[in-house]
Amino acid sequence: MATLTYRDALNQALREEMQRDPNVFLMGEEVGVYQGAYKVSRGLLEEFGPMRIVDTPIAELGFAGIGVGAAMGGLRPVIEFMTWNFAVLALDQIVNSAAKILYESGGQVPIPIVFRGPNGAALQLGAQHSQAWESWLSHIPGLKVVAPATPADAKGLLKSAIRDNNPVIVLEGEMLYNNKGEVPEGEHIVPIGQADVKRPGRDVTLICHSKTVAVALKAADQLAEREGVSAEVLDLRSLRPLDEPAILGSVARTNRAVVVEEGWPHAGLGAQVVDVIQREAFDQLDAPVLRVTQADVPMPYNKQLERLAKASPERVVAAVRRVLYLD
Amino acid sequence: MATATAQTATRTAHTALEPRMLRQMLLIRRFEEKAAEAYALGKIGGFCHLYIGQEAVAVGSLTALRDDDYVISSYREHGQALARGVSANAVMAELFGKATGCSSGKGGSMHLFDAGKRFLGGHGIVGGHIPLAAGLGFAIRYKGGDQLCICYFGEAAVNIGAFHETLNMASVYKLPVIFCCENNRYGMGTAFERVAAVTDVVEHACSYDMAAELVNGMDVLAVHAATQRAVERARKGGHPTLLEVRTYRYMGHSMSDPLHGVYRTKEEVEEQRKRDPISQLAMKLKEEGALDQAALDALDAEVHAEVEEAVRFADQSPDPDPAELTTHVLAD
Repeated sequence: MATLTYRDALNQALREEMQRDPNVFLMGEEVGVYQGAYKVSRGLLEEFGPMRIVDTPIAELGFAGIGVGAAMGGLRPVIEFMTWNFAVLALDQIVNSAAKILYESGGQVPIPIVFRGPNGAALQLGAQHSQAWESWLSHIPGLKVVAPATPADAKGLLKSAIRDNNPVIVLEGEMLYNNKGEVPEGEHIVPIGQADVKRPGRDVTLICHSKTVAVALKAADQLAEREGVSAEVLDLRSLRPLDEPAILGSVARTNRAVVVEEGWPHAGLGAQVVDVIQREAFDQLDAPVLRVTQADVPMPYNKQLERLAKASPERVVAAVRRVLYLD
Repeated sequence: MATATAQTATRTAHTALEPRMLRQMLLIRRFEEKAAEAYALGKIGGFCHLYIGQEAVAVGSLTALRDDDYVISSYREHGQALARGVSANAVMAELFGKATGCSSGKGGSMHLFDAGKRFLGGHGIVGGHIPLAAGLGFAIRYKGGDQLCICYFGEAAVNIGAFHETLNMASVYKLPVIFCCENNRYGMGTAFERVAAVTDVVEHACSYDMAAELVNGMDVLAVHAATQRAVERARKGGHPTLLEVRTYRYMGHSMSDPLHGVYRTKEEVEEQRKRDPISQLAMKLKEEGALDQAALDALDAEVHAEVEEAVRFADQSPDPDPAELTTHVLAD
């Protein structure tokens, strides 16, 4: 196995899928000549040429819609948003076109398309550039949503997304692009809809995804060292569909759960996870399920305030202490 | 001299086409009248936007296309679906929400689809489908084909961002798309000149270095000829065209809206009806001796029967099975 950055794992997935299928192309701002705003598409213009690595004007609604139309015409577009904050301008195409055309055509017109880019807060980018959109996107029937946390999952999920016959949202992370990890070479596929236990444990399940996987793992380390608590870290990987059997299986073992999520608390993704648990595993719970979320405020610029706003290992540890009645 | 010869050639080509155009326009007119009746009887639900008055636009343009070209439209698309050859039965059944409808009863009046005829909707958000047309054009160019995509939208869609983003990119990427703006003068109840700084839609083409043409939308032959010129540009060099087709809708914006009143006068509607595209073509064919009143009556009766049959078919068709609720959310 090779050690790759998350960025290069995505690059490898794109390159391999474009080599495999001539109908796959990448479109977005700065993906070609500039080699990608975050260099995910580095080297691809040279290998595949400008018809398949397509630079666009800054017009998210327009190029997202061109992607959907190209999918209607039989291609497999990968649309890169420089960040998901900008993709809000393209929501009409994602929600009203990509997610609905198969249904409203009575099954005649599939839309095999990937919309991808970094999601959630990085560092000190202010309120408009620091938003996590998973609850918005996961709300929509007709979409699949994945949020890989590791380089291996990034490669495997992006490959699955490109081969899927539906619109798939791939939520990456600006803070993840430099992370390194072992990535299987060649045909490495992670099926959409499968969660992954990133650390096994007995006493509590920490349910997380994307950047919060690292937060949960750090909290699990602290809990083991300081409290003697064995926390299981369950990485959802797919946010729609949710791997309900994996969530319920873990909770059946630990009887306690804390959801760690990016995004705001009100109507957040974690609320959906909590719904699954209370509905299907009520009798197995030894404590209410708690959520650790971003603070319910627009993201502040100031470094200290921003740290307070984000989910942190300390807040996860505090939540775990509560569900274990240690306080 | 060369121009005169070209015109004569076009005339001859039209001759075989004109009776077909007349029949298609009549079919749309009678179909929409029937749809209005069925709506009043509660057989059609939701929003229902009729095409009466605008028939020459769909018929004139679609008769200039090939079967392997793509067609995409807004929510006022019954006429284009019929002109594209989607059967009156399948369109009426879709309006009735039946399983035999062209979208299996899941789309309704605003979401007519027939992938086999490359008729790709029926889209309900003003201007939202304009980028899709460019995407279809992109797919054609990507695969090296000589097809094109025609995209219909109303003049009100010209004020929305998607129109401008798409025209820019269609021009930059040289996409084979005909942007056919059906200027019927009113976005619901708002006259275009009240909300548009530039009221000649064709002028917008200048911003995007795009070919454009202003067309009389009440003259089916003029629409056909202008579309042919746009088709040629698209097939030869993949160049997009913006057509502004001046037309008029006789009915309200949708079935739940008034024909006239606060936003336009009854007299205006009556004045416009004098330019009726169907009457104009029928009169021309009569003058040329290609049609007499008996033949016109027979044609009208034939079209009436086709529409009556469509209503009977839609009425008697089953609703979708309850299990269809959850199919087609995702593809396999």
